[in-house]
Amino acid sequence: MLTVFLQFLFSGLTVGSVYALVGMGFNIIYNATSILNLAQGEFVVIGGLMMWFFTTSLKLPFLLSILLTILSVGFVAFLMERLTIRPIKKTDLLLMIMITISVSIVLKGLLMFKFGKDPYGYAPFTEGEPINLFGAIIQEQTLWVIGVTAVCIILLFLFFNKTIIGKAMKACAVDATAAKLVGINVSQMVMFSFILSAVVGAIGGIAITPISLMEYDKGPMLAVKGFCAAILGGLGRGRGAVVGGFSIGILESMTAGYIHSGLKDAVALVILLLVLFYKPAGIFGSSSAAQLRKF
Amino acid sequence: MNQNNTITFLIFILLILFFPLFTASSYNLSVAIFAGINALLAIGLCILMGYAGQISLGQAGFYGIGAYISAILSLKFGLPVIVSLVAASAVAAVAAMILAVPALRLKGHYLAVATLGFGEIIHILLNEFGPGGPSGFGDIPRFDILGYVFDSSTSFFYLTWGFVALIMLFSINLINSRTGRALRAMHDSEVACKAMGLDIVSLKIKVFVLSAVYASIAGSLYVHYITFVSPSTFTLFHSVLIVMMAVIGGINNLWGGILGAIIITVLPELLRQFEEFDVLVYGLILTLSLLFFRKGLVPIIAEKLKKLRAITVADNQRNT
Amino acid sequence: MLTIKGIHKSFGGLTALEDVNFSVKEGNISALIGPNGAGKTTLMNIITGIYGPDKGEVLFLGKAINNMPPTKIANIGISRTFQHLELFSTMTVLENVMVGRYTKTRAGFIASGLKLPIAIQEERESKLKSEEILEYMGLLNRKEEISSNLPIGEQRILEIARALATEPKLLLLDEPAAGLNIKETKALGETIMRIRKEKGITILLVDHDMSLVMKISNWITVLNFGQVISDGIAADVQKDPAVIKAYLGAEDDIS
Repeated sequence: MLTVFLQFLFSGLTVGSVYALVGMGFNIIYNATSILNLAQGEFVVIGGLMMWFFTTSLKLPFLLSILLTILSVGFVAFLMERLTIRPIKKTDLLLMIMITISVSIVLKGLLMFKFGKDPYGYAPFTEGEPINLFGAIIQEQTLWVIGVTAVCIILLFLFFNKTIIGKAMKACAVDATAAKLVGINVSQMVMFSFILSAVVGAIGGIAITPISLMEYDKGPMLAVKGFCAAILGGLGRGRGAVVGGFSIGILESMTAGYIHSGLKDAVALVILLLVLFYKPAGIFGSSSAAQLRKF
Repeated sequence: MNQNNTITFLIFILLILFFPLFTASSYNLSVAIFAGINALLAIGLCILMGYAGQISLGQAGFYGIGAYISAILSLKFGLPVIVSLVAASAVAAVAAMILAVPALRLKGHYLAVATLGFGEIIHILLNEFGPGGPSGFGDIPRFDILGYVFDSSTSFFYLTWGFVALIMLFSINLINSRTGRALRAMHDSEVACKAMGLDIVSLKIKVFVLSAVYASIAGSLYVHYITFVSPSTFTLFHSVLIVMMAVIGGINNLWGGILGAIIITVLPELLRQFEEFDVLVYGLILTLSLLFFRKGLVPIIAEKLKKLRAITVADNQRNT
Repeated sequence: MLTIKGIHKSFGGLTALEDVNFSVKEGNISALIGPNGAGKTTLMNIITGIYGPDKGEVLFLGKAINNMPPTKIANIGISRTFQHLELFSTMTVLENVMVGRYTKTRAGFIASGLKLPIAIQEERESKLKSEEILEYMGLLNRKEEISSNLPIGEQRILEIARALATEPKLLLLDEPAAGLNIKETKALGETIMRIRKEKGITILLVDHDMSLVMKISNWITVLNFGQVISDGIAADVQKDPAVIKAYLGAEDDIS
């Protein structure tokens, strides 16, 4: 049944794109700070809901809305880093975890206050006929999601490997003191990593909302699954999160389609536990590198 | 820790005994009962986090196991409630052991997320395979011990807080014993503990199991109080709430768990009129207390009391 | 009592230990000395099970212990102190020693939580035994103090007391004189000799302080660049040209 398989595959790629973006967001912050930002999922939700706000509520033009959404999300990330991350000494791991969780609750609370519990959506980027692939119906927006994700992946790759700032950010995670000694402004890098990570997540939110709508409380699940993607690929490895995200998305979709739809959320979790227990370094990571991290 | 505990414990018992006399309102008693159930959850976490230095974002999972197993055994199999409670605790203990063995090898963030994953898996399983699915089921028998049924708010209040008192006693004894010493030593220097022959891994696993059993007992009390159960109670948000209770009260002190539980339980009642705000307020309280009251409220209160006592002593000395 | 046989250990490309052989006789105070980087710490870590050797064996009372984890090694009668103090810094002096008694007691979670008679009794015994040891080491009057508040000399003594609480057959002392002044070092030396004489515990001492080592050890093994360059009684080792050469530049250390 090729049709059915392709249908599930594309649905998996779509949702996997968002997981990949969230996973990459995790990696960006982790690479610059060794912190795991468990509020990562909220950026996706803010992206989707703010986009609705600008396009549908304020009826602003499409591109302007995207810009404003990205600016809003960036601003939220800025506040988060400045108010809650910067004051804390990063060696207190438990505190860091709790802080990012608490911020995610605050963000969720704000979203609930402003948007309520209803789902929100807006028009797809382009209004075209769905594509028929061997009988499977693929919406244009699906291609947008996958395409936008691919562009992000490429841009991020270029950023981290070909630009000074990107390399500087990587240096900060490996050894902040050494980074400072060569003149890297570590606290600026940290701030930047938060903003960049938020923007990446928000882009995912903007792209996916026309398909699956956005609600105020989708954040935690996205964060968990994005984290699974990052861990599966090897924490800190860019292409790892991509592979991880798409893998989880596809497996989830296949499970929902062929086995039992209620269990789909469990897929990512089971994968997470299996990876953590048996190969914490992930697919692409090496265990010695994983141990070098200041965990 | 030792001398202060006796006085505090006596005051605690007195407060429990007299509370229902101050308020006949079944609403207040109900809130107090939930505070007690939450206290059981929080105390276990305090021991795990404060003494063993671990973290669990999945306590709601054990809470749910305790609730569902106890409910099913007493309703569908007709077992006495006490037996169901014990059996549920045993299941929770086994689940904790299975999780702990691989999970406790992980550190920091990894451990937190592994426990989170576990809690979420339990939630999904309850949703999919629990009797009644997402809607849950009811008609669960009330708590009874050898024929005496706890069906009034007052009696259940005493039952719940009686459990809390017993668990506190057990926990305080544990902290003051060789086990407690070993846990505190583990906190200070794992390498020295190993050199002295302590089996660190085994200790961590046992504490993890202990916290799971406390959570399971809380779950059993919960279902036999409201006689209804559904998966929506046992979510990640609730796991986070439990951690909040421990952190706000102070994880290094068992009384912190009780205080944190009371605060977190009473808070939504106070915020009832601000329904749209409640998540936001929770988040803000948690964030602010993490930023400013890192050690939790109990140590801060204890500090104030110590200063008060010092001032009083100084005053007395001046006067004599 | 302890036999080191053909131990090799490399880290990456760096050879830390090469064909190291020596023995510690029962009832002796044996010393392991050598310039910085000689491999003493590596050898200590291998003996105490922190990692295993690439080649060779460590035999304790005839049994190979080279791949046992530290916990098991502690349980068969080897105890140690640490170069960089590893006291339980938030706990009192007495509590530190009582943790040393942990493996000699068995009351578990349930017994402790329910305060069963066995738990109460063991607790009382642990306390008494620990106080005995503290008195023996001269720290009894400090028993309720937080261990990190003690001056460093007493902290080192405390670590030894804690190690004694495990009733070891072999006591490994890793740079116990580090950070001590002349008076404290002298007192330490006398304490170590007393422990050997009165408790019959074999001692393996690793240290830089030559006056201490020469004064109290009956057998010295010298390491340099991961190899044994001298092995004998104090008088002989002192005169050994290989040893003097290794310590060239530190001649004032050798008394």
